[in-house]
Amino acid sequence: MKKVVSVLLSAAMALSLCAGCSSSSAPETEAQEAETQAAGAAEEGAEAEQAGEAAEGVMPAVAKEDLKVGVIHIGNPADGSGYSYAHDQGIVAMQQALGLDDSQIVRKNNVADDDQTAIDTAMRECVEEGCQIIFATSWGYMDACEALAEEFPDVVFSHGTGYKSNGKNFNNYFGRIYQSRYLSGIAAGLKTETNKIGYVGAWGKDNAEVTGGCNAFAMGVYSVNPDATVYIKTTNSWYDPEGEKQAAVALINEGCDVIGQHCDTPNPQLAAEEAGVFGVGYNSDMSKDAPGAVLTSTIWNWGAYYTEAVESLINGTWTGENYFGGLKEGLVDLAPLSDLCAEGTAEKIEEAREKMASGEWDVFDGVIECNDGTTVGTEGEPMSDADITGNIHWYFKNVVEK
Amino acid sequence: MSSELIIKFLVAAVLAGTPFLFGTVGEILSEKVGHLNLGVEGMMAIGACAGFMAGYVTDSFVIAILAAAAAGTLAALIYGVLTVTFMANQNVTGLTMTIFGTGLSNFVGVYMLERSEGGTLKLPERVTAQMRNIDIPGLSDIPVLGELLFSYNPFVYLGLVIAVLAGIYLYKTQTGLNVQAIGENPAAADAAGIEVTKWRYINILLSGAICGIGGAYCSMIINSGVWLRDSVGGLGWISVALVIFASWKPINVIYGSFVFGALRVLKYYVPKNTYAIPTAFFDALPFLITALVLVIASMRKSKRSHIPAHLGVNYFREER
Repeated sequence: MKKVVSVLLSAAMALSLCAGCSSSSAPETEAQEAETQAAGAAEEGAEAEQAGEAAEGVMPAVAKEDLKVGVIHIGNPADGSGYSYAHDQGIVAMQQALGLDDSQIVRKNNVADDDQTAIDTAMRECVEEGCQIIFATSWGYMDACEALAEEFPDVVFSHGTGYKSNGKNFNNYFGRIYQSRYLSGIAAGLKTETNKIGYVGAWGKDNAEVTGGCNAFAMGVYSVNPDATVYIKTTNSWYDPEGEKQAAVALINEGCDVIGQHCDTPNPQLAAEEAGVFGVGYNSDMSKDAPGAVLTSTIWNWGAYYTEAVESLINGTWTGENYFGGLKEGLVDLAPLSDLCAEGTAEKIEEAREKMASGEWDVFDGVIECNDGTTVGTEGEPMSDADITGNIHWYFKNVVEK
Repeated sequence: MSSELIIKFLVAAVLAGTPFLFGTVGEILSEKVGHLNLGVEGMMAIGACAGFMAGYVTDSFVIAILAAAAAGTLAALIYGVLTVTFMANQNVTGLTMTIFGTGLSNFVGVYMLERSEGGTLKLPERVTAQMRNIDIPGLSDIPVLGELLFSYNPFVYLGLVIAVLAGIYLYKTQTGLNVQAIGENPAAADAAGIEVTKWRYINILLSGAICGIGGAYCSMIINSGVWLRDSVGGLGWISVALVIFASWKPINVIYGSFVFGALRVLKYYVPKNTYAIPTAFFDALPFLITALVLVIASMRKSKRSHIPAHLGVNYFREER
């Protein structure tokens, strides 16, 4: 009898371990996303910008009435303020801008991006329902896109956050969110009184996307308040309601009075609101969740790309080039500044935005001092897009890992 | 760490441990009658959803708690009917409950979100005001002690009361001893005139109610009154592990859950630059420690081990 019990108990133990593992394994694939994402895409993205203007379309034009657009979501767009929500807002914006009917949008929700069968099925369903273009919003959809693009040469597969493409009916798209993080850092730097700013990151130094975002934020802080320090705590997950709350509370306990974040729940902002301090949200405008704390939010405006892409398909100017948009293209932006912002914030942000939008200057230009005393970059030269997206494994000089 | 920060760390540990207080006490009640319920996570998820939505719709904190308990009870009833009456495999049923509960909770959440204004569900001010920290005049103002002992939200005190009551019930009353006999040897208990089926149901349903309230803590307190999917997020599983740590005694759960809470938040308070420990190590700590406790407990070979002898085994009366 005892044996049976111990077997059952160890089963329970093993299961609880599995529960722990599974919650971290999914994000790890997303972590690779940052590692490898757009390493190739970034380079080609630059070419795309130059080539984009005069390029000939490589796909036949599709009449607007006949057009059908497929979207593959990793979650459910209705699910609060996170990733799928932001993408779907972009789809809705595209639909409105181009005047498409509801029946012309085919959504496939909750398609786990590590389940190849589900991905394949969802995309084939889109093709069968007559979609001429399919937006695949998550990293793990990449290989399926590549294979299906070959099988269905008449359908465009546009993949977010990856690095593969075939220059014809399979491209990828991503954005310079770091530019808008820099702007949000200005709001944080002007607001802080303790000169301690907290940052809840999903992943540590090994993840270039999160680390680069934190650096851009910290550089924004530094540009207006060189005395302030940015403390970063990481949760090891893209989505961890409890961990994100606890990380923010710990930062506030250590004296931080503005909380920035790169993770998917609004809990860091809610923790700030409860403690009577301030914060900068992410993904979508989080002032709807924590109106008493949110100064502004760094947001994605995927509609900028979706509209451009679908429009080019209608006009017959689809080039199959990759896309890496920023403030200039309107792909990333800041949510409207709230009344909680310090005086003069809007002017400072506008100034920096001008410089970036005009292409005169970018966040990672020139020599940058790291917090371990070393430097990166070369004087007078911009950092390459591939380095920005894949190689930032250092922290800016005013960042402290906590 | 400054002393002030240590106090804040301890407070954070208590808050992080509170979901376990409910989940583990609930699971002990079920295991003591021989039913290993791996559906704690699911019952908590259902409670999380029911509690939040009831608070959202009715504007009442009390109704929210009652709804969470009722929903947890209903979920436990499904488990009870399947395992006690139909004698289905307890592990499979429990796992199914976890998958079902988490899914149902998220499904209802999305349903409500789609009908919400501005794409967010926020508890009304009246409810959040009631679930804030209780300020006990005099006591809460005592330096250090006031912050450590008398500065929590109502859930924390409710959890403590439930743990103490469950301890008294199981270990200090005749009924409780009878109930424990069912977990040790249902056939003998049956022969002694204890109504095995009735008490199994009572304990399993109580267990569900308590887990349900624990779930409401996740959706209401952890997320500060904003609905988020997967708010329980694996805490139910840790609760199941914590049963072993507490050696099946509700009183032990009180310190056990706070130790586990401390382990959960430790990574945010250990200074990074002093010790280069990967944060993933901290995530694994609660499970490592449970494994350690299990090893030590089995090495002691104490006769007073509190694992119910017939845990996980259904009772076929006709087989006697």
